Amino acid sequence: MTTEQLHEVRLHVNGSVHEVRVPARRLLSDALRHDCGLTGTHVGCEHGVCGACTVLVDGAPMRSCLMLAVSAVDAEITTVEGLTEEDGSLSPVQQAFSDCHGLQCGFCTPGFLTTITAGLRETPDPTEDEAREMIAGNLCRCTGYQNIVKSVLRAREIQAEIQGERSRS
Amino acid sequence: MKPAPFAYLRPSTLEEALAALAGEQGAKVLAGGQSLVPLLNMRLAAPSMLVDINALPDLGHVRVAEDGVRVGALARHAEVLASAEAAHAQPLLGMALSHVAHPTIRNRGTTVGSIVHADAAAEMPMVLRLLEGSVDVASVRGRRTVPAAELFAGPLESTLGHDEIAVQAFFPGLAPGAGVAFQEIARRHGDYALVGVAAHVETEGDAVTRARLGFVSVSDVPTVVDVTDALDDPAGTALTELEPADDIHATAAYRAHLVRVLAPRVLAAATDHARSRAGEAIHP
Repeated sequence: MTTEQLHEVRLHVNGSVHEVRVPARRLLSDALRHDCGLTGTHVGCEHGVCGACTVLVDGAPMRSCLMLAVSAVDAEITTVEGLTEEDGSLSPVQQAFSDCHGLQCGFCTPGFLTTITAGLRETPDPTEDEAREMIAGNLCRCTGYQNIVKSVLRAREIQAEIQGERSRS
Repeated sequence: MKPAPFAYLRPSTLEEALAALAGEQGAKVLAGGQSLVPLLNMRLAAPSMLVDINALPDLGHVRVAEDGVRVGALARHAEVLASAEAAHAQPLLGMALSHVAHPTIRNRGTTVGSIVHADAAAEMPMVLRLLEGSVDVASVRGRRTVPAAELFAGPLESTLGHDEIAVQAFFPGLAPGAGVAFQEIARRHGDYALVGVAAHVETEGDAVTRARLGFVSVSDVPTVVDVTDALDDPAGTALTELEPADDIHATAAYRAHLVRVLAPRVLAAATDHARSRAGEAIHP
């Protein structure tokens, strides 16, 4: 049996550099979990349907199960672990999920958090319809969508509060 | 749900990529990978080599000229959709692209890749065919331009050779007096359409001089039907050329029903669009 060729890959994740040796077929989702030890990214369907593995690639949400680690070399990747503030406190989207009971089993949550974080950058003041559209590509098998929609709208409020405080100070 | 092993190349020049493809019969091109990687994960495809073109220069363009819109092989759906200039030159691009999967997929998937993937359930192959566009193709043997009418050979099969890369797609602009429209029915916005219909209508004064409909998910290959002589019953004419099929998502009869609902509706919308544009041209 021939041994599979390994590639030296330098991944930039959450501001750190991870040097990993992986076969070309290693999915980015698996590289993040197994090679970088960042198990916050969850793997659901592995064919791009469920959205649990969504990470930010240069700020844009993408399915990490539909990318190869070897093809992610030039990108800055943000996983759910990278969403928290520098002092370790929850980001506005994370805080909103906590406030609104936006998660039940929590399996889909990392994908929702990354998707909504990027979504609020593009649409900072979403209507309820826009909030639903924002999360339309992510599945929650607990079907907790009502509270996830509330969380999007709550995150919008928290961000506005933070901006208000910043502009006052 | 893991890909089978393959060799991997990430060339930095087009020449290098073309040489690699020419030298390996079982090689596949990797661009956005939003169709290819699911096939790899499910082991429905097992290429011997992937030639990753994401590091190639000069292929990410969305270029608008007088004659239409040129989209490079590395332009992501989201980038094409974000171009107001492109939407102005050819409004059908924006109308259809907003239905291509979910935004997260559009951030990675490429428009040219979707076209040469040749899925009859995808919007953009049909759009290229309806607009009578073309694809520029490169290989070590040289370059050629393939008209959309000669691009699709069968289900998920284009007429490109294994050694060729589609480097650019060309969508002709919308002529004055012409109009377009697009609608699709899906269980959720962003899912594959049960049926999608686009229309391209040309008018002179009040008269419709040419009318064509393009269909998604009701045939094996992206299909366009000329309904210029069937403006009263476009669906009846179209259904003689379509082959709606049963699958887990919908029955053939339901798909035929959706064709009957959507075809007249979209044809009317494109005709209105054409007339409103003709009005604008006269009274700017």
